[in-house]
Amino acid sequence: MGKLIEIRWHGRGGQGTKTAALLLADAAFNTGKYIQGFPEYGPERMGAPITAYNRISDERIKTHSNIYEPDYVVVVDESLISAIDVTSGLKETGAIIINTEKKPEELRRHLKGYKGKVCTIDARRISEETIGRNFPNTPMLGAVVAVSSIMEPQKFLEDMKESFAHKFKTKPEIIEGNMKAIERAMQEVQGI
Amino acid sequence: MSIRERLSGNEAVAVAMRQINPDVVAAFPITPSTEIPQYFSQFVANGQVQTEFVAVESEHSAMSTCIGAQAAGARTMTATSANGLALMWEMLYIASAMKLPMTLSCVNRALSGPINIHNDHSDSMGARDSGWIQLYSETNQEVYDNLLQAVRIAEHKDVQLPVMVCQDGFITSHAVENIELLEDDKVREFVGEYKPEHYLLNHREPIAMGPLDLPAHCFEHKREQVQSMFNAKKVILEVAKEFEKLTGRKYEYFEKYSLDDAEIAIVIINSSAGTAKTVVDKLRDNGIKAGLLKIRMFRPFPADEIAEALKNVKALAVMDKAESFSAAGGPVGAEVKSALYGKADGIKVLNYIYGLGGRDVRAEDIEEVFDSLLKITKTGQIGEIYRYIGVRE
Repeated sequence: MGKLIEIRWHGRGGQGTKTAALLLADAAFNTGKYIQGFPEYGPERMGAPITAYNRISDERIKTHSNIYEPDYVVVVDESLISAIDVTSGLKETGAIIINTEKKPEELRRHLKGYKGKVCTIDARRISEETIGRNFPNTPMLGAVVAVSSIMEPQKFLEDMKESFAHKFKTKPEIIEGNMKAIERAMQEVQGI
Repeated sequence: MSIRERLSGNEAVAVAMRQINPDVVAAFPITPSTEIPQYFSQFVANGQVQTEFVAVESEHSAMSTCIGAQAAGARTMTATSANGLALMWEMLYIASAMKLPMTLSCVNRALSGPINIHNDHSDSMGARDSGWIQLYSETNQEVYDNLLQAVRIAEHKDVQLPVMVCQDGFITSHAVENIELLEDDKVREFVGEYKPEHYLLNHREPIAMGPLDLPAHCFEHKREQVQSMFNAKKVILEVAKEFEKLTGRKYEYFEKYSLDDAEIAIVIINSSAGTAKTVVDKLRDNGIKAGLLKIRMFRPFPADEIAEALKNVKALAVMDKAESFSAAGGPVGAEVKSALYGKADGIKVLNYIYGLGGRDVRAEDIEEVFDSLLKITKTGQIGEIYRYIGVRE
């Protein structure tokens, strides 16, 4: 088995968590990887907790089940930490990446004794300053790439630029803000 | 050169349909297959296909429209899930009895009730005796490949039957994975132009279709219908051979995975086969002779071939993602056991019900099944043969 990396995303409906998982799958796909990106569907409503998953590997991925022992957990909404067991099964060799204005050490005590890396990123502030609205998923994507080793950061940036150019063909002004959000997140993420 | 892409299972179906460019698509949206007519209607709106897309008010009307269109001489496709398939029920039998070679993408979902949107096989397993050919798919790639082959199988002059291509709702329908696509022109060349032998809009040959068929002929009619199923067994392999030449991807009635020298094995359908393969790999690494048989073609049922493939196995678990409420096991279990009877006797066979209503099927669940089989080969004691895995009792 080649190197398989498993990621679990926790967010709330309407925050673009599923989209972020699919964008990460896209970016990894473009660097030649085998990928899976899938949400866990429930009653779909704004604000409800949702989970999404990524598997990224050098070999074809056969498993079709949810992820119970992820290498990385991404928390797009800080309030979920007290609502659900976000570190459940999380490998201690991995990391949890949380969207918050707090520092990693402030959050660790809420994480049920998790001993691995705790990384924080103020995705709300970054997205408000770069994109002009609270779109945390774009900076979260940058933070995940910075913390994990799923792909070369430079390659990732080039790929994102290309996919934004495609996605926002009619709104080129949005591309620069989104790219800035990713770049800043990669630099500002704490606890690596 | 194939096209390296990443698509969800529903996207894979919609892309295959765009490449096939059928004459008519009639569909009514239902989770989790909704995206198929949704994406396809965009292709229609964009002028990427020349298809007549009929938005109907129910699945009963969707299947009725497909029957009318296919009888008129049009290559016709549709998609549905769960209660949508159930609402098509009476028309499914009419489509097959009228020998109408249409294709249906069934995105498997638990049939209500209780109402549930997630995956199991209760919908298509319920339709197993409707006279449709059924192909099952583990991955997005297999969904795509099966649908392209389905058109050829259905329309073959010796078959002329409708084909249902099944995949697991959400698990593959909504999961983005790597896929190898064929170029549009290669697909069009592979499926070819639809040239029906007899059809209603042929003014040179006025015919009636679907008339009353009383005791004088009805039995012969049904006998001919089942002959098409016998013929389909040959055609399905021929089409697969041709597809393999084109893509390098091999398809048969079922896939044997580490099965040839296996002492313990499981029989399984659709997406969980992949999860089970990882368990087989792990057991093999530990020197345990484990194997797997994944059924692709459930109708017609390859009984003799399955008996031959399993004859040397000591203990076997047949996995069913649907209840039949017989209080004696599930539909796949019943078929496999009856296939083995008299041909491969002496195998200790368990029948497991798993994953109903979208209960996640983990590698640990499959490991537990293999553990039970291993124990049986060691002790010779089989115990309860009708079991559940992953349920709270």
